[in-house]
Amino acid sequence: MRARWLVPTLYIIFLMLPIYWLLNMSFKTTNEILGGFSFYPHRFTTTSYVEILTNPVWYNGYISSISYVIINTVISVAVALPAAYAFSRYRFLGDKHLFFWLLTNRMAPPAVFALPFYQLYSAIGLFDTPWAVALAHCLFNIPLAVWILEGFMSGVPKEIDETAYIDGYSWPRFFVKIFMPLIASGIGVTAFFCFMFSWVEMLLAKSLTAVAAKPIAAVMTRTASTSGYELGLLAAAGVLTIVPGALVIYFVRNYIAKGFALGRV
Amino acid sequence: MNKTWNNRAWLMVLPVLLLVAFNAIIPLMTVVNYSVQETFGNNLFFFEGVKWYQEVLNSPRFHAALGRQFAFTAMILLIEIPLGVAVALAMPRSGPWVSVCLVLMALPLLIPWNVVGAMWNIFALPDIGLLGYGLNAAGIEYNFTRQPAAAWFTVVLMDVWHWTSLVVLLAYAGLRSIPDAYYQAARIDSASAWSVFRFIQLPKMRRVLTIAVLLRFMDSFMVYTEPFVLTGGGPGNATTFLSIDLVKAALGEFNLGIAAAMSIIYFLMTLLVCWVFYTLMTKGEEQ
Repeated sequence: MRARWLVPTLYIIFLMLPIYWLLNMSFKTTNEILGGFSFYPHRFTTTSYVEILTNPVWYNGYISSISYVIINTVISVAVALPAAYAFSRYRFLGDKHLFFWLLTNRMAPPAVFALPFYQLYSAIGLFDTPWAVALAHCLFNIPLAVWILEGFMSGVPKEIDETAYIDGYSWPRFFVKIFMPLIASGIGVTAFFCFMFSWVEMLLAKSLTAVAAKPIAAVMTRTASTSGYELGLLAAAGVLTIVPGALVIYFVRNYIAKGFALGRV
Repeated sequence: MNKTWNNRAWLMVLPVLLLVAFNAIIPLMTVVNYSVQETFGNNLFFFEGVKWYQEVLNSPRFHAALGRQFAFTAMILLIEIPLGVAVALAMPRSGPWVSVCLVLMALPLLIPWNVVGAMWNIFALPDIGLLGYGLNAAGIEYNFTRQPAAAWFTVVLMDVWHWTSLVVLLAYAGLRSIPDAYYQAARIDSASAWSVFRFIQLPKMRRVLTIAVLLRFMDSFMVYTEPFVLTGGGPGNATTFLSIDLVKAALGEFNLGIAAAMSIIYFLMTLLVCWVFYTLMTKGEEQ
């Protein structure tokens, strides 16, 4: 039992190896990459990063990715809040069937929907805007948000609602002033997971955009295939897509275990 | 919690219902529509009944993709679940290292899926990738773009790298919910590490592990982006899983009818498994 720490340490080393390799490649010149195998950059360069941060094709990719992720997170959490409250507090006609139907959407393979989504969003004129991707990602993020929030809300005793109504609060005022602060950490966890799943999903994001709203990760794959063997640029772009996720996870690290503890994710 | 009967709660659910229905029902009906029609271009469609379904269900190509899909999912579950539980058991229960572990372990979960594919492509290149170069230097002939076995090895290893952390986090959360008193009681009874695991930790993790298996089953069953970026479904068709095959049929060959019928069959399979798990899970909760 003395060597317990060995297992997580080895596991984390395994996780870090590909990330290290990506970092390593991102600081090499193309010549050095193609020149052969080496454990660290011998001629350290940041040209790849400079190229990405100054070329609009690249940094617009970041802007559009971040904008659809934020729009999606806001919509998902906003509409999921009242719905989760209804599921956690009331019984109503067809509630269980509705809940199950919502969950099936979390499990629908995006590949099934890629083509019809393209046609649907072209038809309503949203194709190639961040709104199309944000709305499409609602398909799996809203059910997830309802599921997580319902778990948190069921942990708040019902007597609190009843006392507030007796004190003369209307439902909207009670919900915003009393109930939402009580489940603030739950809202944080939910927003985190919506952010995460919208940020990593690529199949729908790619099929719903062409030029103007192309997500960064799609710009990356396209550049890799058209401009030949620009591995350094590709690696630098990859490293930069890890940064937002790492920042978000650092800020919510204490809530994550809590969110998982509810067994809702 | 005893809930009050209130049909006006429908009003609170309405926005969710409208948004999800817009995204789920219209595209689903489009797919159903395509799956029963034949087209010769120019937007001319003819009703074909169940022809496409028969064709898909009898096609060796679909059987092969389905077989590969089940093999992949089975391998993923057999590796990731035990590995995830083992790591979670060995993690420190408190102290400053917990945060460090959690942040580092959650990192792969937040990388866009095609970046994961591209990253592993670079990592596994036989001439300049750490994994590829290392294996070849150790005397193992390895080239994931040529050898089907190497491609499978890389795709599975990549998925283990990408998703085991989810199992770790879930299992860890389950472990943390066990009160210390349970462990003290076990110590007094001088229980072995195995019986602590078998009679305290495993039953307490049952719920989160069900969710872990469910999520890993679903997500590995619809896996597309990572293997597609890494291997493109190759070499040959060696790593063409269901989603990859579907997108090839729909967008590559423009066989709309076939692709739509495949989608419906695929979706119904996912739905069936989802329903079985959901019933099992809610049963466990009621007990």
